[in-house]
Amino acid sequence: MHPAPSVIIFTTLSGLGFGLLFFLGLGLPDVSGWVAFVFFAIAYALAVGGLMASTFHLGHPERAWKAFTQWKTSWLSREGWCAVLALIVMGLYGLGVIFLGQRWGLLGWLGSLFSLATVFTTSMIYTQLKTIPRWNMKLTPAMFLSFSLAGGALLAGQSAVALPLLLVAALVQILYWRQGDRAFGASGTDLGTATGLGQRGAVRAFEPPHTGTNYLLREFVHVVGRKHAEKLRVIAFGLAFVLPLVLLVLPFNHVFALLAVLSHLAGVATSRWLFFAQAEHVVGLYYGKR
Amino acid sequence: MTQLPQSTERKMGLVIDLDTCVGCHACVISCKGWNTENYGAPLSDQDAYGSNPSGTFLNRVHSYEVQPEQGHAQLIHFPKSCLHCEDAPCVTVCPTGASYKRVEDGIVLVNESDCIGCGLCAWSCPYGARELDQAEGVMKKCTLCVDRIYNDNLPEVDRIPSCVRTCPAGARHFGDLGDPDSDVSKLVAERGGMDLMPEMGTKPVNKYLPPRPKDTVEEQIDILAPLLAPVAEEPKGFLGWLDKTLEKL
Repeated sequence: MHPAPSVIIFTTLSGLGFGLLFFLGLGLPDVSGWVAFVFFAIAYALAVGGLMASTFHLGHPERAWKAFTQWKTSWLSREGWCAVLALIVMGLYGLGVIFLGQRWGLLGWLGSLFSLATVFTTSMIYTQLKTIPRWNMKLTPAMFLSFSLAGGALLAGQSAVALPLLLVAALVQILYWRQGDRAFGASGTDLGTATGLGQRGAVRAFEPPHTGTNYLLREFVHVVGRKHAEKLRVIAFGLAFVLPLVLLVLPFNHVFALLAVLSHLAGVATSRWLFFAQAEHVVGLYYGKR
Repeated sequence: MTQLPQSTERKMGLVIDLDTCVGCHACVISCKGWNTENYGAPLSDQDAYGSNPSGTFLNRVHSYEVQPEQGHAQLIHFPKSCLHCEDAPCVTVCPTGASYKRVEDGIVLVNESDCIGCGLCAWSCPYGARELDQAEGVMKKCTLCVDRIYNDNLPEVDRIPSCVRTCPAGARHFGDLGDPDSDVSKLVAERGGMDLMPEMGTKPVNKYLPPRPKDTVEEQIDILAPLLAPVAEEPKGFLGWLDKTLEKL
């Protein structure tokens, strides 16, 4: 898949932002006034910034509001609803915390729930696609959720929670890569089933339909970035998990905390880049490509 | 709505004969022509006369080589367009309701004024049947020439999809695949019509007829030899005399 910057920015930033909102809704950290304002501002900047970025790749962003209509079948529509509900509920909750010194617990819980639901629905947009075996796995939502929670805990300054959550996210990442590498082969789809000619012998793409490129090849067949995938995995893993864990174990220091968050963010962005670049769409088979 | 209908009254679709297709791409051109000038946004091209041309097509013809365990390889031309699936994943993923499957004939269409161009339907289609038009920013797909097949302004012979009307080899057939007595259904039953990527669970309406075996090498290689044996019998008369005389020299 073409690793469009808009979706990488969106899933990375929004994941982190809604992760932070999840913890703020639970009252972690239990802050009020200006400190709370800063926490909420960061969470909203990340969550809303990511959502805005996701509209950049639309052909008609001005019609984006229509995406709220099909929640019965479409995960993208459900994601829109969850995001708006999470932002409204957490906004009300934030008003209480920041300006009124009130912590409306139930509202916070509800906001946390919608925040997590937003991350889950985002992950389901990818997970539902049978056409991309590497995404069509239960580990995909597990990865999005564990990343969001670990990043949120890190941003919320909850070291005690962030430590185990980072370890869980790291484990999920490794499992995701392991299973993902086998997913296409295990899906049973090849050029034989794609053309229905597999029973007759070995099928080979002989001539493409055209000499140039097209939308399908640009969108679904991205081979360039895969060359350095192994190195990028090491970089992503080191930045997203190893370095933040080391920094967490060291004696607390605001510079270390900031470094841990930035390192985690860069690592998750790299991992997300690989998430797209390494995903192989079955339509590539028709072109003799992966 | 992007909920799929429980069932459709008819299942209009194509039957594509891989045995007959000669790979001339006439269907590709006629499709592009008709659908650029009629229903919906035109199918745009980018850099059409430059060094890196690219454009939107609703129908493309691939060519594959099949190498059996024994015997000769076979070249198969393979037209591919929307299969108007019964369980179309492209419809249910659409967040705006722009994509829909019609109850009356099963045709999968895009309401372009509702399409936000998110591309998710193209992601969900295993067949590459949907292409986002780069000029219009909306999703384009085969309409089964919905503006031809019911068009009273056209002569009756033209009320079939453009690709079917154009195919010089008769490799494309159009009809109701939900009616077991229709010509296309009979053709599918007779020739063992197949689904593409059945494991995807999309239940395509369009069927492909497998190529018949070709290039079988018989014991007697030159099957024309008996026909080419000299038929002239012993010459008689003047020619007979000439033949004998020349032999003696």
